[in-house]
Amino acid sequence: MPMDVMTGNSAQAYGAKLARAEVVAAYPITPQTTVVEKLADLVASGEMKAQFIKVESEHSAMAACIAASATGARAYTATAAHGLALMHEMLIWAAGSRLPIVMGNINRAMAPPWSVWADYQDSIAERDTGWMQFYCQSSQEVLDTVIQAYKVAENHDVLIPAMVMEDAFYLSHTFEPVDVPPQKDVDDFLPPYDPPVKLDVDNPVGLCALVPPDHYMEFRFKIAKAMEDSRKVIQEVDEEWEKKFGRSHGGLVERYRMEDADAAIIAAGTMSSTARVAIDNMRDKGKKVGLARLRVFRPFPYEEIRQIAKEVDSIGVLDRSYTFGHGGAFYTETAGALYQAPERPHVKNYVIGIGGRDIPPKDIEGILEKVLTKEDGGEVEWFGLRTSGSREVN
Amino acid sequence: MGKLTIPQEELMNSGHIGCLGCGGTLAMRYLLKALGKRTMITIPACCIAIMSGIYPRNFLKVPLLDVAFETTAASASGIRAALDAKGIDDVYVVGFGGDGGTADIGIQALSGTAERGDNIIYVMYDNEAYMNTGIQRSGATPFGAWTTTTPVGTTGDFKKRPKKNMVEIMVAHDIPYAATASVAYPEDFVKKVMKAKDMDGTKFFHVFSPCPTGWRYSPEMTIQIGVLAFQTTVFPMYEVENGVYRVTKKPAKRKPVADYLKLQGRFKHLDDETIKIIQKNVDRNWEMLLAKAEFTKKFAE
Amino acid sequence: MAKSVEDLPYIPLMSESSAVNKTGVWRVIKPIVDQEECNQCYICWKFCPDVAIHIDEEGSILIDYDHCKGCGICEAVCPKKCIEMVKEE
Repeated sequence: MPMDVMTGNSAQAYGAKLARAEVVAAYPITPQTTVVEKLADLVASGEMKAQFIKVESEHSAMAACIAASATGARAYTATAAHGLALMHEMLIWAAGSRLPIVMGNINRAMAPPWSVWADYQDSIAERDTGWMQFYCQSSQEVLDTVIQAYKVAENHDVLIPAMVMEDAFYLSHTFEPVDVPPQKDVDDFLPPYDPPVKLDVDNPVGLCALVPPDHYMEFRFKIAKAMEDSRKVIQEVDEEWEKKFGRSHGGLVERYRMEDADAAIIAAGTMSSTARVAIDNMRDKGKKVGLARLRVFRPFPYEEIRQIAKEVDSIGVLDRSYTFGHGGAFYTETAGALYQAPERPHVKNYVIGIGGRDIPPKDIEGILEKVLTKEDGGEVEWFGLRTSGSREVN
Repeated sequence: MGKLTIPQEELMNSGHIGCLGCGGTLAMRYLLKALGKRTMITIPACCIAIMSGIYPRNFLKVPLLDVAFETTAASASGIRAALDAKGIDDVYVVGFGGDGGTADIGIQALSGTAERGDNIIYVMYDNEAYMNTGIQRSGATPFGAWTTTTPVGTTGDFKKRPKKNMVEIMVAHDIPYAATASVAYPEDFVKKVMKAKDMDGTKFFHVFSPCPTGWRYSPEMTIQIGVLAFQTTVFPMYEVENGVYRVTKKPAKRKPVADYLKLQGRFKHLDDETIKIIQKNVDRNWEMLLAKAEFTKKFAE
Repeated sequence: MAKSVEDLPYIPLMSESSAVNKTGVWRVIKPIVDQEECNQCYICWKFCPDVAIHIDEEGSILIDYDHCKGCGICEAVCPKKCIEMVKEE
């Protein structure tokens, strides 16, 4: 199979192109810039037939995507960190309007302190906006997931927007071999966007009505239900992708060497690839450890997490973000899911890789050792935090 | 039987929940008469956004997208891009925002749309304050006005800065057409819309829309107030086509601004000295406008 | 009538004319047109913010009392002074 070599950001752009996004509205921000540059090139060369609105802010980018999607066009944008935060209001608007926009978000730390490096604080802060969230671990997964995300989002049982995440620099600017599927095959997989309702002069309706308390709750419930229903659709779309293109990305949770494991870590994004190396090393030493990779955080895969809880005695949850007040989001949601589970293994939170701090395999091996021994050191540990007593290890 | 001076077709429904004597709804009614039913509108948070009443009512007969407060123009750009992507080129796209949504919170998005030259029509219906939320001052509130956030009090804390000149701001974006209009002169407004609607690029209308509730006058006086704003040149009628200014309607004899101010409760605290200052500013602005029209005449194509 | 979640569409569409709102109930004074005096200039029609003045087949002015809020603009702009605002009974 002929492979291209591309960055995660190029994979975002080619994903949008192969999905035949009709309107792109985007504003540059590090480390997303090469996505918009690539899209600009693709549009300028005529390779991609899309209207590219070079907006003056991320807020307007999302506003334009919402209006374009409401007019029946497939819309794409990409952003990172503060750009995503600026969009916050419009993220809620997009989901409330039930518009299947797909957006790339290059996970970057929030300032201050000023930082451009990998961290999930930006997208975690948007977990309540009603967007599906996919966290990718490779350029291939980025490209495939952008296309898959449209198929899931545009399903009439779903009709909510989706974010496709990739780690700043570790993925956004790192070249990897990527199989770019033929346009014809993608067209077979992803039919044109056909919303149940759109702005149309021949059938004029108004969108975003004022809804008083006697119906608002019902419309919000519909969003909740759509998010619930998306689980099945995400799974089916990934399976269909595998049939057609020969690779799966694991649906909602991808498992690695979980067979007969005593302990597991839960992680997302590029640190999962590092975790594989660590797990292989540990397995070589006879230690039964495995990985559950959160590919999807919204909807939260609570059933898959409860299944893992049945299989292992101890879980370590790795968070590349922190919710000031209590724990990382992956941890608190995992722990929350487990409270209703019949089996509740030992669970501990490791906050790691904050602000792009490197995560070498030996750090994950260190965590796995602790998880195996159910080491009791409080609920949350900032792993690798430099303290006056810490040994300089790197 | 007389002759109608504006198109008869109504694309705005009765039963909207605007206040008695609402000027803003007239702006919408006239605009749609000029554009016809192949029109799509984005409306941000403002009085007009709630005109339909509650779900599932609709006060318009054209497609309508209610949008977030600061996104009117960006949303209109999004609709235009989608229509372009679909090859639909016979639909007018309108952003219809109030003065706060345009001159304040929405000015960034509007500036972006105008700078890109997106093919939309933007209408700012100006009732000179945040009326939907209850008469708070905006960047378009005029000097001297009482609002609930410029409450005068015992210290004379009325608005101390002039209103933002949105036409000038839009002209600075090098757009093909910007104009003022007034609900008191629908023929002039309709004529300007007809003239500009098929121009390529961003077209801007600043429409004077008196508000009985916020300006503290009796509802039947809406048109009279608009006429006085014109006759005193508090709100002059002009257009700027590719940078060339033209006064589209001149009062036969300018009336003193006091005639306009005294009819409105929002100005009742003003003493003679302050009214003199307002008169001086209005005189100056009028002279400058005439001078601009004279100066730019030679650049007309 | 409040609808159940099953009966509501997936988004709240504005699909019904606001004319179902009978805003005429707001009125405290009502316009009466003296049809004898009216010369059908339609200035009142032009300035009605409530789209509550219609022109019938004969060209006469017709007030839609279901929607007229009684603002009195029609009386104020009538050059013939043939519209009178009277107290609602």
